[in-house]
Amino acid sequence: MTRETVKKNKKAHSQWLTETGELFRVNRKLFFGTIFVLIFTGLAFLSTMWAPYDPLKFNYIEKFQPPSAAHWFGTDSFGRDVFSRVLNGIPITLITGILAVFITFLISIPLGLLTGYKGGHIDEIMMRINDTFMSIPALLMALLLVSARVSIEQYVELPTFWWVDPYVIIAIGFTMAPRTTRVIRSSAIHLKHEEFIDACRARGESSVYIVFREMLPNVWPTIIVEAGIRISYAIIMGASLSYLGLGASPPAPAWGLMIYEAKSYLYMSPWPMVFPCVALSLVIVAFNLLGDGLRDILDPMSKRALLIG
Amino acid sequence: MAAILRILPRRLAILALTLWLISLFVFAMTQILPGDAAFMVLGQWATDEALEQLRLELGLNRSLVVQYVDWLVNFIQGDFGKSLTLRVPVKPIVLARLGHSLVLGVIAFVEITILGIFFGVISAIKKDSWFDHLVGTFAFIGVSIPEFVSGSLLILFFSGSVWSILPAGGYVPLSEGFWPWFSRLILPSTALMLVLFAYVMRMMRSSLIEVLRTNYVRTARLKGLKEKTVVFRHALRNAMMPTVTLLLNNFGWLIGGIVIVEIVFSFPGLGRLTIFSIQKRDIPMIQACILLVSSLYIFANLLADMLYMLLDPKTRPDI
Repeated sequence: MTRETVKKNKKAHSQWLTETGELFRVNRKLFFGTIFVLIFTGLAFLSTMWAPYDPLKFNYIEKFQPPSAAHWFGTDSFGRDVFSRVLNGIPITLITGILAVFITFLISIPLGLLTGYKGGHIDEIMMRINDTFMSIPALLMALLLVSARVSIEQYVELPTFWWVDPYVIIAIGFTMAPRTTRVIRSSAIHLKHEEFIDACRARGESSVYIVFREMLPNVWPTIIVEAGIRISYAIIMGASLSYLGLGASPPAPAWGLMIYEAKSYLYMSPWPMVFPCVALSLVIVAFNLLGDGLRDILDPMSKRALLIG
Repeated sequence: MAAILRILPRRLAILALTLWLISLFVFAMTQILPGDAAFMVLGQWATDEALEQLRLELGLNRSLVVQYVDWLVNFIQGDFGKSLTLRVPVKPIVLARLGHSLVLGVIAFVEITILGIFFGVISAIKKDSWFDHLVGTFAFIGVSIPEFVSGSLLILFFSGSVWSILPAGGYVPLSEGFWPWFSRLILPSTALMLVLFAYVMRMMRSSLIEVLRTNYVRTARLKGLKEKTVVFRHALRNAMMPTVTLLLNNFGWLIGGIVIVEIVFSFPGLGRLTIFSIQKRDIPMIQACILLVSSLYIFANLLADMLYMLLDPKTRPDI
């Protein structure tokens, strides 16, 4: 490389940095959201290596202690350290959310793009089926799917890691797929009429090529924004399912489960319930900030800003 | 009006088709679930003969197609069947629970409408004031907290050991007094409405702010009208539209949230019944519950669409 190209590259590099910096300065939601998400990710990694106490260890002598120097968040009904349990719950929460969204996209990106592009009868039928699944409230749908776990276990043994329950992830992933398919499909429909797509067809490209090599790169912003929103939903649903006892089983330090267990002992001590509640809310706020921030940059006119669901 | 009603036959037909597909799906799922009602009733130590006997009685040993068609034929005629685990007709139980859930839902909806619009309007008028920022932050947090978290925290604050001014759950019919009935509805409906309230408030605020920037509002102000008249008589009417849309579109969402709230507060509603019947593999009960919930959901959306057409003539079907 000549001296000029090196200088040009350096300038481009620092320009990218300043542009990103500018982005973060202007859009405070994105900034704080990213920071919080990074903090939680860091804590998740930390928890796999270290925690003040063993999150599973009982210690009946020290039941229901309030927060103190020895136990930063106090202890629960079994004498377990609440801080260690909350800390170890972070990877469960994050992995469940992220993997569930991953599965959702695995289904809805090909499905949404292909049906949106092809249109016609297939599109009609697929959307009818899609809407049927959307008509069952999300939690009930996830419930039904999770309940099928024992039957699947007869055929294939899915691994559990760090107390994360793969059946919950699959259930949530499938539950969110219909809505995401709709969103991606409408992007595909908008793109379908662009001239460069016509040009591809005139060149004789196959549908698969058009969808995955031409349309998909243009749909990425929508996908990223959708991912931001869906991770929050996935985390909420994961926590709700473990609250209902359908997610991780005791003694796993899943936050939903901890809140359920602690609710019966509110009269003894509120702390085992309060801290997981706060932690869960913070994680969801972080991802909401991130998702909102991303949407402000990538898709500010989106109608998604107005609707839930 | 007649034009709006024209969409009804088609939409109702789609509703029926969707419900039929859902019933197929639910039936398929219940067959995948391990164990069946006989197993649930008698427990895991039951002998094989006892299980077979009970299965015969409940009709669980017939072929799947027969079981499904039999159930479907009865269901269409209004006979929801008998609960497999409780051995009593499903219909009265489900309808009673439905009533309770509807009460909860309607109260939550009313709270959302009144509080959401009120706080949204005030926030818009006092834009960027401390009030605006405070309410906005509260709204953002409200969106982010799952219902069981807000429900549990509400129980902690209002029914806790320190001071207990509201009961933590259950249901008491209106016949036993207004306050016993109403006090048990306050906390669950609040937990239920927090999320939607936040959205409605944000929507109301942003649409009113936008309307207050338009030219005709500027004209009204320049004409010398009092600010109060400008806002409440002119601007508000047009700002309501997107908010009403939001409200109507997301009413169905409330129905989903009700399930968790009912569990947190031990409220005897349809959501809790659904979860219990899934645990007990009580097929007629599961079908009745899920179909009722889904049809409420679809019906709410249909009603929302029709109301929207009423309010905005542009969306009506052409003659």
